[in-house]
Amino acid sequence: MLITCPYCGPRDVIEFTYQGDGNRERPDPASQNFEAWNAYVYDRLNPAGDHNEIWQHSGGCRTHLKVVRNTLTHEISSVAFMRGDHGRGDHGSAARRKAEDKS
Amino acid sequence: MVEPQSPEPLSPLEPEFHVGSHGNFEHGVEIILTETRPGSIVQLAAWPGEEKKLIAAIRTVTGLALPDGAGGGVSDGVKSVFGFAPGKFTVADEAEGLAAAFAKVVTPAIGTVTDLSHGRTAIRIAGPKAEWVLAKFFAIDFSLPAFPVGAGRSTAHHDVFAQIQRTSADQFDIYVFRSFARSFWKALCHASEEVGYEVQ
Repeated sequence: MLITCPYCGPRDVIEFTYQGDGNRERPDPASQNFEAWNAYVYDRLNPAGDHNEIWQHSGGCRTHLKVVRNTLTHEISSVAFMRGDHGRGDHGSAARRKAEDKS
Repeated sequence: MVEPQSPEPLSPLEPEFHVGSHGNFEHGVEIILTETRPGSIVQLAAWPGEEKKLIAAIRTVTGLALPDGAGGGVSDGVKSVFGFAPGKFTVADEAEGLAAAFAKVVTPAIGTVTDLSHGRTAIRIAGPKAEWVLAKFFAIDFSLPAFPVGAGRSTAHHDVFAQIQRTSADQFDIYVFRSFARSFWKALCHASEEVGYEVQ
């Protein structure tokens, strides 16, 4: 599997580290909303298809990336820097709401 | 800053650094391996939005003008600079004192200066088979159009992080962690055996 890092270009997946589901949003650390924390820790969309993910190019430029990967084909349809708002794939709670509205 | 040492600075490669020709060199030496021993190696990082000021600071201190684009770099044979991540640059100089010089111009509002002179070892691989040997180590495109002279790349070999700068058409400078340098050097020697290599 190749991931095309926006800085380094296409690189083998062994250079990258998976940093988790990109559809979550961490509640405020002071939050006492246990449902929100429970959702953050446990709830996953687990889609059969495009999935928002966070990867780090740990064996390269070390930037964090928002990646859209198809869980059925492993096709990577979008890679963008986490910093900045470029590229496809709304990550975080907005993406989650959108996905839940669809289902 | 590297402390002046006499008579010779210590190298982590020392026990495995054997000057001369090795491997299958009967048909000619196709790889030259050396340790460049720069006096200064510095890593610079700009805060978001401050990249242009940092690039200007690099020009002020080294006289080198960075080309645009990811992984862009330039070397004049004495000083070298290349980008290895967004807003981050590695600078090396044969002379000592680069970190002190940058500390004067890279203010805390622009970014950070990290002195890696003791933390990295610089290994130079040159020769007609340099691309071919490096292709055994790193899954990146070493061809000249994809990896132009001066450009830098960040990658890893068996989880040993490496920064590579192409300093001429058939020459690459590889910056590896000092603590991993000897094992990386040994691997590089083994990989060069079949084409014949000379350590200088």
